[in-house]
Parts: sequence; C-alpha cells; structure tokens
Amino acid sequence: MYSFDMTSEQKMLVDTVRRYAEKNLRAVYREAEESKHVPEKVVQTGWELGLLPGFIDARYGGYGEYSALTSALYLEEMAWGDLGITLHLLTPNLFAIPIAQFGSDKQKEQFLAMFCGDSFPRATAALVEPVVQFDPAELQTTAVKEGDNFVINGKKTYVPLADKADWFLVYAQENGTTQAFIVPGDAPGVKVGKRVKLMGIQALEMHEVEFENVVVPKANRLGGLKGIRIQKLLTLSRITLAALAVGVARAAYEYALAYAKERVAFGEPIAHRQSIAFMLANMRIEIEATRLMVWEAAYKFDAGEDAAKSALLAKQYADKMVLEVTDGAVQVLGGHGYIREHPVELWLRNGRGFVTMDGAVVA
Amino acid sequence: MAIEFKTPEVIEKQLRNVQIVAEHAMRPDSRRLDDNEHERPWRYINMMLPQMQEMERANIAAAKARAARKKAAAEAVKSNGHHGGVAVLEGPPPAEEAAGDARESIANMTLVHMIEMLSWGDAGIYLCIPGGALGGAAIQAVGTPEQIERFLTRYTEGPPKWGAMAMTEPQAGSDTGNIQTTATFDPATNEWVLNGQKIFCTNGKLALEESDGMVVVWATVDKKAGRAGMKPFVVEAGTPGVIIAKVEHKLGIRASDTATIIFDNARIPADNILGDPEVQTGPGNKGFKGAMKTFDSTRPIVAASAIGIGRAAFEFTRDTLAKEGVKMEYGKPRWKLSTVQADLLEMEAQLRAAWLLTLKATALLDAREENKLESSMAKAKAGRAVTMITQKAVELLGPLGYSTEFLVEKWMRDAKINDIYEGTGQINTLIVAREILGYTRNELK
Repeated sequence: MYSFDMTSEQKMLVDTVRRYAEKNLRAVYREAEESKHVPEKVVQTGWELGLLPGFIDARYGGYGEYSALTSALYLEEMAWGDLGITLHLLTPNLFAIPIAQFGSDKQKEQFLAMFCGDSFPRATAALVEPVVQFDPAELQTTAVKEGDNFVINGKKTYVPLADKADWFLVYAQENGTTQAFIVPGDAPGVKVGKRVKLMGIQALEMHEVEFENVVVPKANRLGGLKGIRIQKLLTLSRITLAALAVGVARAAYEYALAYAKERVAFGEPIAHRQSIAFMLANMRIEIEATRLMVWEAAYKFDAGEDAAKSALLAKQYADKMVLEVTDGAVQVLGGHGYIREHPVELWLRNGRGFVTMDGAVVA
Repeated sequence: MAIEFKTPEVIEKQLRNVQIVAEHAMRPDSRRLDDNEHERPWRYINMMLPQMQEMERANIAAAKARAARKKAAAEAVKSNGHHGGVAVLEGPPPAEEAAGDARESIANMTLVHMIEMLSWGDAGIYLCIPGGALGGAAIQAVGTPEQIERFLTRYTEGPPKWGAMAMTEPQAGSDTGNIQTTATFDPATNEWVLNGQKIFCTNGKLALEESDGMVVVWATVDKKAGRAGMKPFVVEAGTPGVIIAKVEHKLGIRASDTATIIFDNARIPADNILGDPEVQTGPGNKGFKGAMKTFDSTRPIVAASAIGIGRAAFEFTRDTLAKEGVKMEYGKPRWKLSTVQADLLEMEAQLRAAWLLTLKATALLDAREENKLESSMAKAKAGRAVTMITQKAVELLGPLGYSTEFLVEKWMRDAKINDIYEGTGQINTLIVAREILGYTRNELK
C-alpha cells in the first residue's frame, strides 16, 4: 500500500534528533561556521545519540540493523539543525556504512566494534578527486595488485577529518571498476595535505590527501574477492544527500515563512502579498515532493528492490530544489537575507554543495 | 503503520485491465476523435459501461448505508433529548458492510490509479466515461438515501448515462462565491425555479441532452447572503426550461463536451435540493463549504489525470528517442549526459514528484483525514509539471513532435486543461499559501 506514517519508533527517534538539532546545532552553527571548527561538546553529545550503533548488528556490538529510510528521516532533522556540523558527525558513517554493507565477515568483525563505543571514532573515507570532470565510476586514483598487496596511488580531496583519522576507506580504480580499500592513517605514503576551503559547510574540516605508493594487504580490499558495487554505494549516497538537502531546504523555508509574517512593508506583513506568499507555497510543495521521493527510494532500498533510479531522480530533484528554496529564502528576506546576522545566506551556500558531493556522503 | 511505497496487488490487477482498454479502445481512436470534435467515443463507452454500472451499484450501496447510519445517529440524539455539541459515535457498521468498508478504504487510491491509466490512454476520451461523475459524487456525499436512490439508480442500468456539475458562470470562474444563477422557491407548486447561465460544464450535453442523466447545479437562494446562500440542486434531463446553448471548441480534450447551459424558469421538485435548504451563516454554513470540500477529493483525481498524460508523453518520447540511439542514462555524472538525456531525466523526476504528492493526498482522503493542503499541492504541482513535460516532449521529438504524425502535440494540448480546471494552478497555490501561513481569504487575497 501507499502509506506515509512513520512507525512509533521512527517518530521517537526523529523527535529526539530534532530536539538535539534544535538545542545543540542551532545554538552553535554560526560560531562553528565562522571559526571553521565544530565544538568538541557538540560532537560528543551527537555521538551519544547512538545513531550509528543503531545501524550495526548486535553481533558486532551494535543494537539494530541498517535502514535507509530511518536514516533519511533523522538526517533531515540533523541537516535542519546545521549541515556542516552534521557532516562532521556523519564522518564515521563514511567508513562504517560501506563496511556494514559490503564488508566480509572478517572485516565486519574487525572494524564495526570501533563504531559501537563511547567515543567518536576516528575513521573517514576518501572518494572525491580534485578534477573538474569527477566521476566516481571512473576514478583516477589507482589500486594495483602486487603479490599479496595492493599499491594505491592518487590524489583525493574533500576528505573530512583526515588529519585526525586512524583509518581511511580509499576508493580507487582497480581493473576498470571502483573498489574500496581500508588504509591505516599511519601507513607510509599517506600524506594529509592542506585544508580544503569551500563556499559553505566551513565548520567541517576537510583536507586534501595524497596516497603515494601506499601498500595494503589484499585482505584490506573491501568485500574481499567480491569487492563492492559502486552503483549501490552511490544509490545510498544519493538517498543520504537528498535527505540532507530536504533538511536544509526546510530550515530555510521555515525561517523565510516566519520572517514574511513579521516583516511589515507598505503597512502590512509582506506575506500578505501573493508575490511572497506564492514563493513560500512553491517552496513547501517542492520540499514535500522531494521528501516523498527520498522516502520512496529509501523504502525500495530497504525492501531489497532496485532503488538506483529512484535514488538518482530524488537526488537530482533535491539538488535543484534545495538551491531554489534556499535562494528563495534569501530573496524573501531581501537585503537582510544577504547579511550574515540571518542564517539564510549560509543555507544558500550550503545548499549549493549538494550537487558537488555525489557519492561523498553515505549515512 | 509504517511508510510504504507499494501498489497493492488488487490495484495492479485492475490496472492491467484498464491498460487493455487504454490500448484497444482509446489510443486507436485518439487522433480521429481529436480531429472530429465532439464525436462520441462509443467503442470506449460501451467497453466501460458494464464495469461502471457495477461500480455505481457498489458506490450507491455504500453511500446509502453511510447516509442511513448518519440519519439514525441524528435521530438517536434527538430522541434522547440531547442538544447540539454532544458528540455521537456512529457505532460500528453492520457485518455485511464490513467488506464494503474494506474496499472503500482504498477506493480513492484505486480511482486515482485507474484515472492515471485511462488518461495515459486518452484524457479527452476518458472524460466521456459513463456514470454520475462529479454530480454523482456530490449526491453520494451529501444526498439523503432517498435522493441517492432517485438520482443515481439510473447509472446502474440500461443504456449509458452521464452526470455533471455546473458551477462556473461567465462572470464567475475562480471566484465561485460570485455566482448569479438563482433558485427561488415557489410554495404554490412546491418547486424550485432556476434562472441563470452556466458555462464550461464538462459532459453537460451528454448528461442533459444525449442521455437520461442529471446535472448538479449551484445556485443562490439569497443573493444578500453571499456564500451562505449558495446551494446545490439536481436538474434532470428533460426538465423544461433547460437549454444547452453551446458546446465549446477547445485547445484539447476535444472528445469531451464542455457545455453552456441556460436555465429559463426551469422548475424542479422541492426535494431536488441537496443538503439543508435553510440559509445559514457562520460555521453552520455547510452548503458552500461542502462544495469547496469536494475539491479536496476531486483535485487528486485531476492531478492523476494530468500525470497519466505526462507519462504517455514521457514514455513515448523516451522510447522514440531510444530507437534513434538516444538512451536514458541513470548513473552518469551530469557532465557526461547530453542535454536531451538531462531533459528526459528532469521530465521523469517531475512526473514522479507530482505522482507521489498525489498519492499522499489520496491516502489521506481514504483515511478520511484532512487533505486540503495536500490535494492543492498535488494539483498545483501536477498541472505545472505536466505542462512542462508535454511541452518538452514536443520539443525533443523535433519536426515530428510538432506534427500530428505523433500524438505528443495532442497530449500537450490535452495536458494544459489540468493546470486550469478544478482550480487553476494559481488558485491552488493560493490555497497552499493560505494553509501554510494560517491566513484567511481576507489576509491573503
């Protein structure tokens, strides 16, 4: 059937995350953005929500199973709070979720426990490369098999929390397909380079990382002999990013709506005018439509159906929607929207990033 | 409950049958019926008649049972001496109705799926579906068991008959509160006397001239009372003083008739009024609000029809281009796609966005929950999306897209009506805006 009601467990979870986002992320997002640093306390309280262990099997120390839908539901709330801090909090997921999805039993046993402890795990992933025509399916970073090892060479960028990482999941081209390799942070040849400065999400620390003749044992190939299917990973990433985009858009829409009801011009609130009211109505329609597309893709993923097309359409739709909505919010606030005292300019900068990050975030 | 996106098997099964109708009794006649405006799609009508009559039978039984339960509950209140403000539970329905209720719980979901598929076949032909249509829906919603029996039985038997709803007038389109047609009660004959003119009445001619049908006509019993004075009346075929003055020539949906109806001292029995004849203002004014309320259930249907046309255009464009070697690519980065491939993806995404909004509005309707915001969102989005999709289809197919060689140019003309009737895109956006801002019609005009 077509049903749009969350389970009571999902409702509770979403409620908890929303309160966390409101109390913690909204309190520090501007300071974090300006100082380009996420406060430790927010990371610790975020980690204490226990979201990631909720997606890890009890046999590896967690207490649940992965659900793209449940993830999408609370990711919207987190991104509503702040995208930059959210991406910081999600960094361990970039390592853990692919291990849980594709890892061999041995890899799961070895690595997943690290994501079920009390402290924020120091693991990340390196996918994006510093080229204009970036394609996750045709990476320039290579992994070449030599005896019992793989040798990895290439340059990565947008690697979150790279300078503190104990573990990297490095995506590289191996015999024409994209595969992933588990690389210790202290392996010889791993060089964390300069911090990446982006238009938005500046609270999140990201670095360039170069891998120069990095040797890992063949057991570190994710999924063992079977390897990974990059398209499945991209599908998950698209669901994740589209859900986050809905959250950013909703934040901007709600702010603009409240502002338009308060701001008086020509003797009445500007929301009394169709030119403003219709912008808000269209924002609401597009946000709702995107959310449903995300839910559908996530539902299909969880049901084991082919979700690739739904996820792609949702992500593509979300990319445009979030830009339109955040831009609309700046416009509703007029000159005030351009001033950094209001958050809408930040949301517009953050919104612009989604189209760029295809594949870079899975949660 | 849990979030779910799955078409129920029972709907899938019916859809397969409807697709056969669409492919065999609609598509082959599409071009001819577009060229020969107002020719009737008999192949389709005759094919649909038995199952429509069956459906009307089930609808009538359910509506009568509902109306009877409501009446019994109201009488129980009266006889117990309770006064207004006392909530009365209707009580569980009798066992024999339980199966009917189960079917009802996905009735609208089934309907929007059927209509999407029929409109995929042909949106103009689809509208000629025999049955009570919007008029029948109004009677089912607010009629007494006696009225339901008297007006709707005709749709369960005999030759095909049609129903219609007449609201729009030359000076009152989106501002439905401004209608001028009058209904005056004549105590001498115990009749209502209707005077005025209605335009743009879908299936008006089929209902009043070409079959033994009926039209639900909105008229005012008291002009000073404004909206409170507006009431719906059932006017049957053969009523003296009812004249079909004109059938419009349109941009699209040409198989469907769009009639001008003149009421010149048309007399109808006293009990042809639907709902309470008393003029009530304030929260008791259920008449006009009732009419507006029916939009909450008809807007998802119009959205579904739009989406059916959009899907036809999208699928045809995609398949035609694929034969030419331009294939859809679902995994590639944007810079590796041609603009045509990017356009196709955009069309498909827009279609899905509109469809999911429609399904949500419909699910709420079946659950008998408030869906005013959702149905207007779906309608506004679907009208706009499908206008874009069909226009794009014409563009992408080049010289043949613009030509009558293909049906896409017709689909583009057909699609546009969905951005207009049952509330224009602008009216629905206005409704969404008022709902999200919590504004009245005076605060946001």
